[in-house]
Amino acid sequence: MSIQEIKNQEITSSQGADSAIEMITIIVDGFEVSVPKGTLVIRAAEKLGIQIPRFCDHPLLDPVGACRQCLVDIEINGRKFPKPQASCTIPVEPGMVVNTQLTSPVAEKAQKGVMELLLINHPLDCPVCDKGGECPLQNQAMSNGGGESRYEGVKRTFEKPINISSQVLLDRERCILCARCTRFSEQIAGDPFITLNERGALQQVGIYEKEPFQSYFSGNTVQICPVGALTGASYRFRARPFDLVSTPSACEHCASGCDMRVDVRRGKTLRRLAGDDSTVNEEWSCDKGRWAFKYEHRDRLTSPLIRNESGELVEASWPEALAHAAHGLSINRAAVLVGGRSTIEDAYGYSKFARIALNTNDIDFRSRTSSDEERNFLAALLLGKSVTYLDIDKADQVILLGFEPEEESPIIFLRIFKQVRKRGLKVSALAPFTSRGNEKLKATVIKNVGNEVEDISKFALTNRSVILVGERLAEVSGALTAALKLAEQSGAKLAWIPRRAGERGALEAGAIGNLLPGARQVADPKARQDIERAWGSGPLPTQTGLSTDQILDALHKGEIEALLVGGVDPGDISASAIDGLRKAFVVSLEIRNSAMSEVADVVLPVAAVVEKSGSFLDWQGRARKFEAAVTNSLHRSDVRILSILADEIGRPINLGTVEKAAKELASFGDGSSDQKSALASLSADQAKIKEPGKNQAILTSWRLLLDNGSLQEHEPNLAGTAHPCVAVISDDRANRLGVVDGDLIKISNSNGEIILPLQIGDIDPRAIWIPRNSENSRPLLALKSATHSLVSVVKA
Amino acid sequence: MNTLTPVLSAFWDQKDSFTMEGYKRNGGYLALAKALAMDPDKIIEEVKESGLRGRGGAGFPTGMKWGFIPQGDQKDHYLVVNADESEPGTCKDTPLLMANPHVLIEGVIIASYAIRANHAFIYIRGEVTHVVRRVQQAIEDAYSAGLLGKNILGKGFDLELVLHVGAGAYICGEETALLDSLEGFRGQPRLRPPFPAIAGLYARPTVVNNVESIASVPSIIANGAQWFASMGTEKSKGFTLYSLSGHITNPGQFEAPLGITLRELIDMAGGVRAGHKLKFWTPGGSSTPMFTDAHLDVPLDYEGVAAAGSMLGTKALQIFDETTCVVRAVLRWTEFYKHESCGKCTPCREGTWWLVQALKNLENGQGAPEDLEKLLDICDNIMGRSFCALADGAASPIISSLQYFRDEYLEHLKNGGCPFDPAASTIFATAGLR
Ligand SMILES: Cc1cc2nc3c(=O)[nH]c(=O)nc-3n(C[C@H](O)[C@H](O)[C@H](O)COP(=O)(O)O)c2cc1C
Ligand code: SF4
Ligand code: SF4
Ligand code: SF4
Ligand code: FES
Repeated sequence: MSIQEIKNQEITSSQGADSAIEMITIIVDGFEVSVPKGTLVIRAAEKLGIQIPRFCDHPLLDPVGACRQCLVDIEINGRKFPKPQASCTIPVEPGMVVNTQLTSPVAEKAQKGVMELLLINHPLDCPVCDKGGECPLQNQAMSNGGGESRYEGVKRTFEKPINISSQVLLDRERCILCARCTRFSEQIAGDPFITLNERGALQQVGIYEKEPFQSYFSGNTVQICPVGALTGASYRFRARPFDLVSTPSACEHCASGCDMRVDVRRGKTLRRLAGDDSTVNEEWSCDKGRWAFKYEHRDRLTSPLIRNESGELVEASWPEALAHAAHGLSINRAAVLVGGRSTIEDAYGYSKFARIALNTNDIDFRSRTSSDEERNFLAALLLGKSVTYLDIDKADQVILLGFEPEEESPIIFLRIFKQVRKRGLKVSALAPFTSRGNEKLKATVIKNVGNEVEDISKFALTNRSVILVGERLAEVSGALTAALKLAEQSGAKLAWIPRRAGERGALEAGAIGNLLPGARQVADPKARQDIERAWGSGPLPTQTGLSTDQILDALHKGEIEALLVGGVDPGDISASAIDGLRKAFVVSLEIRNSAMSEVADVVLPVAAVVEKSGSFLDWQGRARKFEAAVTNSLHRSDVRILSILADEIGRPINLGTVEKAAKELASFGDGSSDQKSALASLSADQAKIKEPGKNQAILTSWRLLLDNGSLQEHEPNLAGTAHPCVAVISDDRANRLGVVDGDLIKISNSNGEIILPLQIGDIDPRAIWIPRNSENSRPLLALKSATHSLVSVVKA
Repeated sequence: MNTLTPVLSAFWDQKDSFTMEGYKRNGGYLALAKALAMDPDKIIEEVKESGLRGRGGAGFPTGMKWGFIPQGDQKDHYLVVNADESEPGTCKDTPLLMANPHVLIEGVIIASYAIRANHAFIYIRGEVTHVVRRVQQAIEDAYSAGLLGKNILGKGFDLELVLHVGAGAYICGEETALLDSLEGFRGQPRLRPPFPAIAGLYARPTVVNNVESIASVPSIIANGAQWFASMGTEKSKGFTLYSLSGHITNPGQFEAPLGITLRELIDMAGGVRAGHKLKFWTPGGSSTPMFTDAHLDVPLDYEGVAAAGSMLGTKALQIFDETTCVVRAVLRWTEFYKHESCGKCTPCREGTWWLVQALKNLENGQGAPEDLEKLLDICDNIMGRSFCALADGAASPIISSLQYFRDEYLEHLKNGGCPFDPAASTIFATAGLR
């Protein structure tokens, strides 16, 4: 534990969690302002609209007082500090009078002096610098600087630039050594891979050659660097800020729900920045959210496609394609699969389309491994109180079940890490091995694969505890039920965290077989009547719909002959899913050419997130609304296409615009409250896994944040910081196999094999862990299993 | 008229002054036995009463510093001795440790006992290998003699003492940078508060004291606060080591009561280099504004030196005679500060970079008289604007030299270069070379 951590924890614990906030009144430039005790002078001044220039100061980082740009005159109860003080390091005190550059000639001179000194070694290459036009140094040199430099000497130079990772470049001569980047990495991300090295004017940011800046959050350093010293490899030299049109947006990658800003030039996204939402991502994003967007530009479908008589997909006109799709969907028994990435409005479109146009409840948004237990769990979950980031802030402990926050929902990771660092928040996890993320969270990891249900029941929680359940917990039968029981018995808050951005919204929109929009049970006649009335439709189908697995099964058996899919990758569901799809008439709504094109009979191009408006529900159930950033796109949102398709079928859903869909869905409200009894009672029995034999192991896996995910394509710089694709085994097993770190091992079963370099880790000795969707490691396809099955493990 | 008061240096002339035997023969470790029989608070009281002030430069009352350590807080406390001594001119701790390391160790044990620390560290400048070896040996001998480790002198007090060797950075003498360095980080000053007394080493209550401050403690315990306070001046009590170096006949350590004047000290040291006269001098190392021959009678205590516009600092009296070019001397110092700036804050990091270039130009006679104003203005933008006192030290020689020797700067400009013969100022130059 570093000194700062100890200090933080001691300070926080001595303050007590819920003590009332004491307000302190000070005078800044003659104006009174009251702020909570502990507020820094620089921020008290901000409250009055007085901007003290600053560089190293950042409200979310611990103060350092390094740049000295924020000097002001301060007196306390008539006693004046003999010299100007750094306002970013001094908390307000009763009787304090502050004179900033606006009222103190000394402060003004001090600031001008510092600015001049900051610029003597600065290259002033603004015309070719990415930051030019949006640079705090440039701006504040204009607002608070001296106008002209008296420096005529030799400037410090460095070789430029250096790659501190594949995605972040450093031009050392531009760096003003504010230590924002290094503090971020250490204090926020827990990845202290960059530090300040050397001394004097030769001080510089650097990496340890053997441990480059492999952080999932490195992009934030580029964003908070107050000069153009840190640049993103894929944006460097691409644009001038004033040529970009910025639009507030939301991230489509995961359920963390980051606020985003999309910068577009002539119809093309050039970069994305983390937006500022203190209740969600604060000011951060992960690197995937920031840099994985090239998919928008490549392999886009521009026109509808139809499979012709000779079996080829050929371009077709919209009317032709729609007619063909409508025909195929209406003459066959049809079902709907929605990928986990739709906006809530689009998901609502699919939900209503299934019920009205196809007259079925056979719809599921879970295009991944899933279970019936999960469906019931989700229905039950919607009845519960919603859990938020703020609950993590206040939790007495956090339990992670089937969930690796750093890999599967990085902003949740940051939020937990913040509390771990600040006040030693206790974290426990059920996982096969101690991942780097859990190591950073100092989590107690219970490594007992196959015993999850029992282990879950053993946690001792309180009503201030938070249980975070990942979608992977559904892969262990009985575990979701056990988690619900744990929450019920202890009063702890329970949240479900899907990996993809669209799943929570799809659940609320009823894009699942057991629920109608607004969390209404399909099986509940009154709930159906609600919806029938609202839609002005005839009677809705009464039978609980099939789940993803059941739909695929039915496709294989020929019981379902047609399928509408929206953004689904069959490889995410199972190895054999694609074969089932081959047998059916498939209508696919897609943004790009994908595996689906292989089996689709009609492909209808739709808009990518930048080209449409809509909203995602993050894991908290909070809407992340966004407008189209590319305004002149010809692509349309799924819901509009579905509405036209429904017209074509002759059973209109009347959702001509995204706004209409949003409004209609909102009008249902939450219909869940009085239907608790309708829930099937869940049972928590875990199927026992056979004990592994001598050369066997229990397979486990999850997806890494950066992997083969299709939305990350065409971004080699981003891929360069992916965690290495390795198989994790125990020390014990390595000894038995006679292998060491880096050796290749073969993981196989009757379905196939995977060969990976190994890494010895803190893992359940009976288990092996591999990445779920990385190059050379796609167990679902190669082994037809991703977790909790026996595999053979030998030296390759 | 003051006379020398050798206490720390009393038996440096004995061949084995640095050994346990030599030290004990001269009464060493008797104060420890006395101290361990006292109530720790009483020791703090005694040191307070003695009026001992920190000898590391700032002159902060030592007993008061010890009193800031919260007692009964159930936390580990640490004592850290600052033996980084790296400032140009400052050369008292090194000879003290060379000649009498045990007086420091005895002081460490007493001080640790007083502040209830069971771990103490000596952070020593890395370049002085011979001193490192000598202190290390002394510590080992103290362990063997049962003076360190468990149950010291059978009095139930435990103390581990660790010698930590720095890697050669002036800034690591600044107490918070020292603590960072001691913890294994890069030495850069920490933001205060919290002060070391509350969260110092490993975020625990810590006292950081200079070698000489701690080494003075055994004599205070042995002879009593009154004895110590009977020496020196009203607010600057006791004796201290004055280090005379440079153009002086007999350079070295002169242990005398605070308040002695340079005139007296120069007399004791056999006068300024033969055939020459005093031009300028530093009262407390290069970081303290320089004085001239007009200041020969300034009482060398904290108040006297401050009243004359400088600081007593480390009492490192560097003597420069009239063969020395003040511009040249100041430039060399400035180069030192540029090299030693830790880089954390803008004014010092960038300012020292600029000052060196500006002074080089002046030394070469390049520029105009207005450049002196610019130089002063740059110093004004550095002085009191930086994160720690290193930068103030960098600006001080420039500001003070311009105050007393502006004409000499102008002379360089008129002359198109330095009017001095640098060889004449060397110690080995024969008198009257110029
Ligand atoms: C740049 C800088 C260098 C310093 N170097 C030393 C040093 O080498 N030795 C020392 O004792 N104090 C040094 N100090 C002073 C210490 O910060 C601190 O005040 C001192 O160790 C306290 O001890 P004292 O109270 O016994 O004087 C330095 C201060 C600064 C700003
Ligand atoms: S690279 Fe940027 S953020 Fe990092 S220290 Fe330099 S100026 Fe600050
Ligand atoms: S954490 Fe999730 S929502 Fe936030 S930027 Fe990353 S992928 Fe997007
Ligand atoms: S003044 Fe600033 S740069 Fe200079 S040594 Fe102190 S902290 Fe480092
Ligand atoms: S902003 Fe205050 S010192 Fe940098």
